[in-house]
Amino acid sequence: MIGARVERREDERLLTGKGRYIDDLDIPDALAAAFLRSPNAHARILNIDASAARELPGVVAVFSGADLMEIQKPLAPKVLHPKLKDLPRLPMPPEEVHFVGEPVAVVVAESRYIAEDALDLIDVDWEVLPAIASTAAALAPGAPLANSKADGNVAVLLTQHAGDPDEAMRTAPHTLSEDFFVMRGGGHSMETRGTAARFDPATGQVTIWDNTQSPHYARQQLSTIYEMAEDDIRVIAPPDVGGGFGPKAQFYGEEVVIPWVAMKIGRAVKWIEDRQENFSSTMMERSQTHHMRVAFDDDGMLLAIHDVIEHDQGAYCAGLQVPSITTSTVPGPYKIPNIHTELRACYTNMVPTSSVRGAGRPQAVFAMERMMDRIAEHLGLDPAEVRTRNLIKKEEMPYQVGITFRDGSPLTYDSGDFPRLLSGTLERFGYRDARAEQAKLREQGRYVGIGLAAYVEGCGLGPYEGAKVRLTNKGKILVTLAAAPQGQGYETVYAQIASDAIGLDMDHIEVRTGDTSKIPFGQGTFASRITATAGPAVHNAAGEMRSRLADTAAQLLGGDPCDVSFEGDLACLGGDLEKSVSLLDIARVANIGKHGITLPKGIRAGLETSSYFAPERAAYASGAHAALVEVDPETGGVTILRYVIGHDCGNVINPLLVDGQVLGGFAHGIGNAMYEEPVYDAEGQPQAASYLDYALVSATEVPNAELFHIHTPSPLNPLGVKGAGEGGTIPAPAAIANAVEDALRPFRARVNRAPVTPCRIVEAIYGDDLTPPEGPQ
Amino acid sequence: MPEIDDGHRISVTVNGTVREEVVEDRLTLADFLRERLRLTGTHLGCEHGVCGACTVLVDGDAVRSCLMLAVQSDGTRIETVESLAEDGRLNSLQEAFRRNHALQCGFCTSGFLMSVTAALREAPVRDEEQAREVLSGNICRCTGYTGLVKAVLEADAERKDTAR
Repeated sequence: MIGARVERREDERLLTGKGRYIDDLDIPDALAAAFLRSPNAHARILNIDASAARELPGVVAVFSGADLMEIQKPLAPKVLHPKLKDLPRLPMPPEEVHFVGEPVAVVVAESRYIAEDALDLIDVDWEVLPAIASTAAALAPGAPLANSKADGNVAVLLTQHAGDPDEAMRTAPHTLSEDFFVMRGGGHSMETRGTAARFDPATGQVTIWDNTQSPHYARQQLSTIYEMAEDDIRVIAPPDVGGGFGPKAQFYGEEVVIPWVAMKIGRAVKWIEDRQENFSSTMMERSQTHHMRVAFDDDGMLLAIHDVIEHDQGAYCAGLQVPSITTSTVPGPYKIPNIHTELRACYTNMVPTSSVRGAGRPQAVFAMERMMDRIAEHLGLDPAEVRTRNLIKKEEMPYQVGITFRDGSPLTYDSGDFPRLLSGTLERFGYRDARAEQAKLREQGRYVGIGLAAYVEGCGLGPYEGAKVRLTNKGKILVTLAAAPQGQGYETVYAQIASDAIGLDMDHIEVRTGDTSKIPFGQGTFASRITATAGPAVHNAAGEMRSRLADTAAQLLGGDPCDVSFEGDLACLGGDLEKSVSLLDIARVANIGKHGITLPKGIRAGLETSSYFAPERAAYASGAHAALVEVDPETGGVTILRYVIGHDCGNVINPLLVDGQVLGGFAHGIGNAMYEEPVYDAEGQPQAASYLDYALVSATEVPNAELFHIHTPSPLNPLGVKGAGEGGTIPAPAAIANAVEDALRPFRARVNRAPVTPCRIVEAIYGDDLTPPEGPQ
Repeated sequence: MPEIDDGHRISVTVNGTVREEVVEDRLTLADFLRERLRLTGTHLGCEHGVCGACTVLVDGDAVRSCLMLAVQSDGTRIETVESLAEDGRLNSLQEAFRRNHALQCGFCTSGFLMSVTAALREAPVRDEEQAREVLSGNICRCTGYTGLVKAVLEADAERKDTAR
């Protein structure tokens, strides 16, 4: 079944309104919670008076941060560094808040309507403090502190070198420098965050429903904060989660407060984030400034890059995963002998940042790929040619980039064929013809541009992911994953993998996900990692199950395990249906047994296998995008005329679903390229906190894209797979920006900022003062 | 509509069944359907009328149920996603969604199905551009719309075949 275009098992329930998302679950008598959130970007809480709120009929309880001191413990950053100046991120801070939207009190009431009424009755005395709302402001000399506990706004400064970049810069025939800016952007899963919890005093167990991407991670954090055994905390990511895209892989204060409050008052409590909260309180990503320098020779061969990256951690450090991914993604698919990257991560008074689909890579690709175009322009060469000359060749794999990955190991690309990806993209795009067409249209006064962008994506990250495979007592194969899906089709994909490994029809295989009580260890769905980690785990555990089933069947039928094959739910000897035993019969013998009766000779009890797959390092997916756009210099409007995506995620389990991932990611990339921007003002107030101000793309903004794949299997896992969840997003802002600048080349306009909006385009042509240009040169 | 102490008594036909309920003034139609009637297929994505996840049909028109109050639905005929399958089998539009991988997380799907159902009843969809127009009132963050466009065109073609 691996490689088959299988329609999804999940779809029937989702198409008939029978999905089970967190807010759809029946949790009898659950109370509704609502959070009071800070209206200030930086302020001290002088007093909270909730007495009027507590008296409102229907209100069951109100807690401020100070009422819950027992859980006020810092939420740990995911990826750390010894040099990181970490600031405590408390679940519901009792003293000082650091971004608009930070929770400061929770109301529990008979309905959400009443809970929100009660929020209006809570009186807070604030001492408003100066706020920081950009990395430039954070790093400015004499800048006020974003956090009173800190001694500066810098979270971490990290430098990496390969070769001798200073010397290369000094002696190079050509150097160019430019500053590139990528704005913030959000995940915007259509389902917002949500947590519900119920404590059972009889078992001492708290059951938590949480639409997280990482149920085991949540359990681990809660076990530490609550000082409870992990087995007493059951975190269930519901079978249906309405999108994740990164923000739901993080761990938030609300996830600590809700179960604790449920335990405290002895009632089930449910909190469903509304979209307004989502805009202010759910983590975002993207905002970075790249001060980029490149050195190259007369042929456009890269000699050195020097990139100083200002990264906005937001109010707290949820981890250094995003900026560290950025630094290791900057070199991309190119051979660069000398590299200097410098990360300046800093604190601001905006909602913390962490991964959003793409996770640090779109910014790196934006800076690098914009620079590749500038090199071509400087030398009067074709940008496709400059890229082709610099690409790492297939026969150079595995390729060591020269800098280190975030785990400290040498950054190594395991596989890929970058030249074939780029040439395939150019061929499908009709690159030569497009250049001719562009020249012709330019004579007619039309501004058409071509943008290319190539990238690599480290995916399938460690440490591990696991799977259990069991023959149930009903005679079905049950695959249990720790990982929780948010629309990726795990119930289908992992049945396909298990089906091949066992040699059993998919109909007899079920897949369950995301419940910490069903499988002890897990990490979570993020970083395009599950196919390349849980995939091999399922493959291995199911392969072992095949041996166990074959051994048992052979014992029962009196034959050789090698001769056992499956027909429907029957294990047959030599393909003979007359010599067969059903899966149910096998379960009866090896699992159910007979009380007090010895097992038949040679039968091993308990048909269950498990496997945890720990990849040696990241598998590298890669891709190349090409865009043809037309720009109206009067309005700044951009029309995408053609778009081609070349994609390599190694072997593909289900092409239907992989195409869906890539094209969905592409739409997100178009949003980042042209539309999405959660603007904050200089006081740290969110200015785009509804979908009227924050533009998500609809069907009329996303163009058709031609997608093709090449398949270079990863040698790092037995399935040869890599991740596919983010590749569509990563290079889109770079490709669009490159195309827009190419279209505007007669105006010598510079496109250094994503998203590329009409306003910015007009500004790029006319300058800040909007003086009309002298005309195309 | 009779006004009573704790709200209004309304009578509304939901998916063919007449429901008589007392509702608070401020209860939204979406919350009425989801929480009172437990028709949880209708989802709330933004609660400010943009994303379209909560779209239901009120007297045949596609309506954002987050922006309508339950009291306003008194005397109307409402259709939700739960009404689409015929005799427990997916209808042709739902089938087209599945065939074309027009859904991933599925959260927005009910709203898309209801918007497209209303549009296809109203007029045929001639081409891709019209399909995109029909879809443009709803937001999907997962699919990039490619599968949705194909599904609308296929469902429309099938509808024409059946009508012939």
